[in-house]
Amino acid sequence: MIGIEHYLTVGAILFVLGVLGIFLNRKNVIVILMAVELILLAVNLNLVAFSAFMQDLVGQIFAMLVLTVAAAEAAIGLAILVIYFRGHGSIAVDDINRMKG
Amino acid sequence: MIQAIAFYFFATIVVGAAVMTIMARNPVHSVLWLIMAFFNAAGLMVLVGAEFIAMLLVIVYVGAVAVLFLFVVMMLDIDFAAMRAGFSRNAPLGLAVAAVLLAELLLGVGAYNAGGLTLGSPDGSAMQAADTSNIEALGALLYGKYIALFEIAGIILLVAMIGAIVLTFQPPKPGARARQDVGKQIRRRPEEATVMKHPEIGQGVEL
Repeated sequence: MIGIEHYLTVGAILFVLGVLGIFLNRKNVIVILMAVELILLAVNLNLVAFSAFMQDLVGQIFAMLVLTVAAAEAAIGLAILVIYFRGHGSIAVDDINRMKG
Repeated sequence: MIQAIAFYFFATIVVGAAVMTIMARNPVHSVLWLIMAFFNAAGLMVLVGAEFIAMLLVIVYVGAVAVLFLFVVMMLDIDFAAMRAGFSRNAPLGLAVAAVLLAELLLGVGAYNAGGLTLGSPDGSAMQAADTSNIEALGALLYGKYIALFEIAGIILLVAMIGAIVLTFQPPKPGARARQDVGKQIRRRPEEATVMKHPEIGQGVEL
């Protein structure tokens, strides 16, 4: 029998894979952005699972907002990437230290 | 039974595709695996009756975000081999962090299985009525009680769109290409733009 725990476990594994992806691909911003998308997918999966479990649709509305923010984040992130590449000819994260932050 | 088979099918593929997303050598393959992961996550969501979010996931992610990633990956001329240089060096730390996080999350799930906390139950105001579809119930809620959230989401998307355009906009270099001069176009009159010709038969016309 499939219960809420199964969904939470899949969500947890996806989340951890996303975090692992950020660590493994530390130089490649594009893959880091994809890993962030994976993390947000895990969050959405949890929200939807709980929405079904609690029979409360607010979770799905919240998942939709997460989706919105994820789309906006991807668009802005890739736009920044494109202008950075235009100026430097590379997107290696290690070299991005102009602002000395 | 069939639900369990479908769940394990989707769950296995979504986890496998996520692994391939972060491990693939070529970022183009990463994007394709990401699409695979999103499709199967949508399958998982359909399984619990959240078909609207599932379709949104397919349309927004596969249709827009993944294609955006694909465009950027293919447009930028990057030496991806050099980018993977730190892969094995970062692996131990990354795996340690991932193990800690997974242990914590599984601890939460395990503790829940042993008898979860009771944080109250939903008041039923956002329950899906038995005779409505998921989309219908969600729409009634979204355009009613949560209309403010909906509009804020729209504004977020608008700001993101304007931001992306402003960031990547390059003003054209002067004199680089013929520009449109609207004033000149409007000042143009039929009298100076057209002429009447009465060519002789067989003579042709000279303009």
